[in-house]
Amino acid sequence: VTATAPATSPVAAAARGVAGAGGAPERPPGEPRLVGYLYVLPAFAVFACFVLYPLGKAGWISLWNWDGLTVATWAGFSNYTDVFTDEELRSAFMHALVLLVFYAVFPLLIGLLLAGVMARARIRGLAFFRTILFLPQVIALVVVAVMWKMIYDPDNGALNRMLGWFGIEGKSWLGDFSLALPSIGFVGTWLYFGLAMVLLTAGVQKIPSSLYDAARVDGAGPVREFLAVTLPGLRGEIAVSLTLTTIYALRNFDLVYITTHGGPGDATSVPAFQVFSRAFESGQVGSAAAIGITLTVVIFLISLGINRLAERGT
Amino acid sequence: VFAALALTALVAGCGAPGDDGDDSASQATPAATTDAKPDISKLGNVTLTIWDQEVRGGQKAQIEELSKQFEAKYPNVKVERISKSFEDTVKTVKLGASDPNAPDIVPANQGRPIMGELVKAKLLRPLDDYAKVYGWADRYSPTLLDLNRFSEDGKEFGSGQLYGLSQMGEIVGVYYNKEKVPTPPTTLAEFEASLEEAKAAGETPIQFGNLEKWPGIHNYETVLGQFADKQAVRDFVFAKDGANFDTPEFQEAAAKIQEWVDKGYFNKNFNGTDYDPAWQSFAKGGSRYLIAGTWLTADLAKEMGDNVGFMLMPGDDPNAPVSLGGESLPYSITSSSKNPDVAAAYIDFLTDANAAKVLVDTDNLPAMLGAPAPASGVSVEVAQAWEKLNQSDGLIPYLDYATPTAGDDIGGAIQEMLAKKSDPQEFTAGVQEKFSEWAESR
Repeated sequence: VTATAPATSPVAAAARGVAGAGGAPERPPGEPRLVGYLYVLPAFAVFACFVLYPLGKAGWISLWNWDGLTVATWAGFSNYTDVFTDEELRSAFMHALVLLVFYAVFPLLIGLLLAGVMARARIRGLAFFRTILFLPQVIALVVVAVMWKMIYDPDNGALNRMLGWFGIEGKSWLGDFSLALPSIGFVGTWLYFGLAMVLLTAGVQKIPSSLYDAARVDGAGPVREFLAVTLPGLRGEIAVSLTLTTIYALRNFDLVYITTHGGPGDATSVPAFQVFSRAFESGQVGSAAAIGITLTVVIFLISLGINRLAERGT
Repeated sequence: VFAALALTALVAGCGAPGDDGDDSASQATPAATTDAKPDISKLGNVTLTIWDQEVRGGQKAQIEELSKQFEAKYPNVKVERISKSFEDTVKTVKLGASDPNAPDIVPANQGRPIMGELVKAKLLRPLDDYAKVYGWADRYSPTLLDLNRFSEDGKEFGSGQLYGLSQMGEIVGVYYNKEKVPTPPTTLAEFEASLEEAKAAGETPIQFGNLEKWPGIHNYETVLGQFADKQAVRDFVFAKDGANFDTPEFQEAAAKIQEWVDKGYFNKNFNGTDYDPAWQSFAKGGSRYLIAGTWLTADLAKEMGDNVGFMLMPGDDPNAPVSLGGESLPYSITSSSKNPDVAAAYIDFLTDANAAKVLVDTDNLPAMLGAPAPASGVSVEVAQAWEKLNQSDGLIPYLDYATPTAGDDIGGAIQEMLAKKSDPQEFTAGVQEKFSEWAESR
């Protein structure tokens, strides 16, 4: 997504004329004018107030041992070293990485598959299917979590009942130490493949059909066509989809909180859940802030990496 | 990011978090002590804001009735209740009490995670002056009053000043289905024989839902009471000298409950089952037994009528029962309450003889001494068990009172132990390690 260059618009040209009359020195082309910052100011003020200030405050609190009620004591960077040395926290970050596969990679693969199919054949009632598959996105996450908790219920849940029809013995999906995390991850895949699909199919429709015609004339099969035409054409959409789902995966809290409380044991504990539990349950606000800041940095770096990769190819 | 770092430096000017100057100083000393019963009707129009967690059937009925009666008695007082479930309460009560416009009364759950933290931050008003004026000490057994006591600095639990009053007694015991269990077992051996019999008949012996982590504490500790010395459990919870979780008795209890898991005495997927569906399944005849607290009495009585019975977890000696229990969440007055006199009068009203009668009528178990006996139903058995337990001094307090993080630490460890991820030795050693970490840092 790129903004149109302001210098080419007539308004900007007029503004330049006015500034020029004021006797401002001639600037090299492309150099922003100072008055530009004034235009940004209202938005920046809101941003600073509601994003930068809380972020800064969280950074400050993360340097203290604070129970949230009494006066804090200085902790320095020990809350941050805990993030890397405390086994509980390290495993929480590992769980987040596992969820990343379920939340970002799987939806993307499913979305690509669907987009690839749709690029070859124009499907009747496409809008209808797209709406159905996109529906999970529209439901509030709390409702999704409560619904899946019922589906996963070992005795009366829909999943185990359905397995029972085929004579398969159901499992304790959320109570089993090795199944709980993938079970939560699957909900994420179900939730976000619709988003990936809508982004990617929209991208496919934008690819000129002459490219497909050319590929077919050159004798490309469906796979070759997908790799040579569809995939490169979707680079931007893939980056957007990955960025969004990665952020959802890493900041995932609602699903875990409602379905398992991080249990059984610590098997589904994720960083965002630790932030909540430490800040509001066990009175370790400094540590919670440190985890939050670390998580912010991790999300920032991963998104940056994804977008760098996407841009390098173009 | 750089802007954020710069901002961090900027914010750095404002000092340590929590050090807001003015309010902590004024809260250091409680409001003037009261030496006579204040006349509430002469205080003008007052709105009393109360947080409570009385959301289940019988509990909701009693507090609605008593609040209505209180408003009728003092037309100048308006009671504004904000009810949240237990889980939501324990997560928000610390934030709520630290608000400058805090509610007048909060349910500051006993133990170090909530009440201890609030006392340390001087956010609760000591109630000893009101206790003297209203004669609260005659209303409760010392054991129950002590559960609501903390030293002024919040370091000692179970002694010191009084910070709240509870309405209901609580026992975590065993509910049984009278159709399936005509004569309840009286010793642990008989109980296990009954479990085996149920299993052999293809029934579910004990219904158990442990998805939320905390129910496991109740099941384990109910068994623990039959193995460990009751004083050892109390010493651990109150963090007395020599408190130790890592002993052979605590391991024996863990081994016993693991044995029950192995033998299939619980429903198979208990770690993945919710608490509420579990007791609802028991209520529909899904199992012989349910290990649960008396907060379910009213709900179970409504579902099962005369078919539900209640007993204490049987031990070796039927005449010296030991059971997990205590009292419901206390009503505590916040330091920032502008109407402590009215709040105290309300608390008094919730715990007097009239209240005891309302509690019995709504299938609750009054914690107060000399409460009227319930007429019929499972409440009779609950009241008898309470009486017996108090006579033999057999109450042991909840393990999750022990440290600020005990609920999650011990709950998670029990989930692992029940799933055979850890053996009894690893389980007790792990809990003790977390406990020592806290004990050294406090």
